[in-house]
Amino acid sequence: MSVAPTGRVIVVGASAAGLAAAETLRGEGYTGTITLIGDEPTAPYDRPPLSKEILSGWSPDRLPLRAPADLDVLDLDARYGCEATGVNISESTVLLADGTEVPYDGLIVATGVRPRVLPGTPAHVLRTLDDALALKDRLGLGRTLAVVGAGFLGAEAASVAADLGTRVTLLEPAPVPLAHAVGEDVGRVLAQVHLDHGVDLRTGTGVSEVVPGGVRLDDGSVVEADTVLVAVGSRPNTEWLTSSGLTLDDGLVCDEFCAAAPGVYGAGDVARWHNPLFGTSMRIEHRTNATEQGVAAARNLLGAQRPFAPVPYFWSDQYDLKIRAYGHLRGHDEMRIAEGSLEERKFTAVYRTADRLTGVLSVGMSPKGVLAWRRSIALRARWQDAVPASSAGMAR
Amino acid sequence: MHVEVDVPRCVASGQCVLLAPDVFDQRDEDGLVVLLNENPPAELHDAVRESATVCPAAAIRLEEA
Repeated sequence: MSVAPTGRVIVVGASAAGLAAAETLRGEGYTGTITLIGDEPTAPYDRPPLSKEILSGWSPDRLPLRAPADLDVLDLDARYGCEATGVNISESTVLLADGTEVPYDGLIVATGVRPRVLPGTPAHVLRTLDDALALKDRLGLGRTLAVVGAGFLGAEAASVAADLGTRVTLLEPAPVPLAHAVGEDVGRVLAQVHLDHGVDLRTGTGVSEVVPGGVRLDDGSVVEADTVLVAVGSRPNTEWLTSSGLTLDDGLVCDEFCAAAPGVYGAGDVARWHNPLFGTSMRIEHRTNATEQGVAAARNLLGAQRPFAPVPYFWSDQYDLKIRAYGHLRGHDEMRIAEGSLEERKFTAVYRTADRLTGVLSVGMSPKGVLAWRRSIALRARWQDAVPASSAGMAR
Repeated sequence: MHVEVDVPRCVASGQCVLLAPDVFDQRDEDGLVVLLNENPPAELHDAVRESATVCPAAAIRLEEA
């Protein structure tokens, strides 16, 4: 089922994925109504700078994803500061918090994720502009910050805070940060960089709750800090779909076309879809996936019937390191250094899953060189064909 | 169509280079965008529009005649 070019489309979620979907609908010649519903009060803005540039001094007026004039061209029925509370699949309507019911011919779900929290005293999280501005006020010389979770978000925030002179304690339950995502060897390099910048990284350290003036660790002791940032992952925003009949399983479950039901598509952080390139279901919280999937969902809603088979991409800036990765690194069987060296913190690491090259991660290397590896991943290259036998092998 | 790139915003993802290699390139040293053709021919317009849509830094702006 596809939507006629003069139909009614509702996009729930007014961030990167929702905006990309709306823009693509127009770009593909759809002239019907587009209702864009977002629970934040503002037009779509960019989130990656929240854990980096906004904390270190960017003005928030650099965040909007589109200039007002470019949004006007899209002729959206934009409803910001408006929450969708349910969907009635059989009637094809979306329910809003104010009690109104909006009919649709096509629906795109792009409601994203929200931060997981810890028990105890409310702490800072980092997802919205307000979150970032609140945290920014707490950083600087003479301040102390405890960051719970040394994933990409926590690591980026810790690095900016430390650069601003904040005394930072970074608490991570795993023995090696990010090992599940990038492997232990690369994770150890990233851990050492924190230590080199004076961040008190404590691995193997679980936090049980936030307390006034700090956090309590699993062993009962307390780490004191003026400010606590909790960065322990996210939960997909699917509660509003609970009684919809749509399949929910750590996200809105979609097929390879990003379809969750006839005329209903998912895009961005909230969507768990089958990626045929890797033959597995995935839900990806990467900035680039949000837009790419928004584009794909919109096209398929209009009848393109094209599988969404991207090579996932993410980047992370930590201190002076530029980290870039393509592919599906999680659950890899082997990592090898194809170029450079871990010791110099300039390297390209490639990842094998079964007999295929499935991922590449580079630190401090030319981004153009990394794109060549991406091409091999997209072409489903066999490991033995793509990776020189001379590379330094490191079984995971 | 007139293309502008905001280099300070660019995050060197290379998405535009993958979609429209005749219009966008990247600097070797840091991967930041290099605009090869600010007035691309009509047959490239769709690829350039998609580049602007998927750019993760919203660093590509188009003026359409």
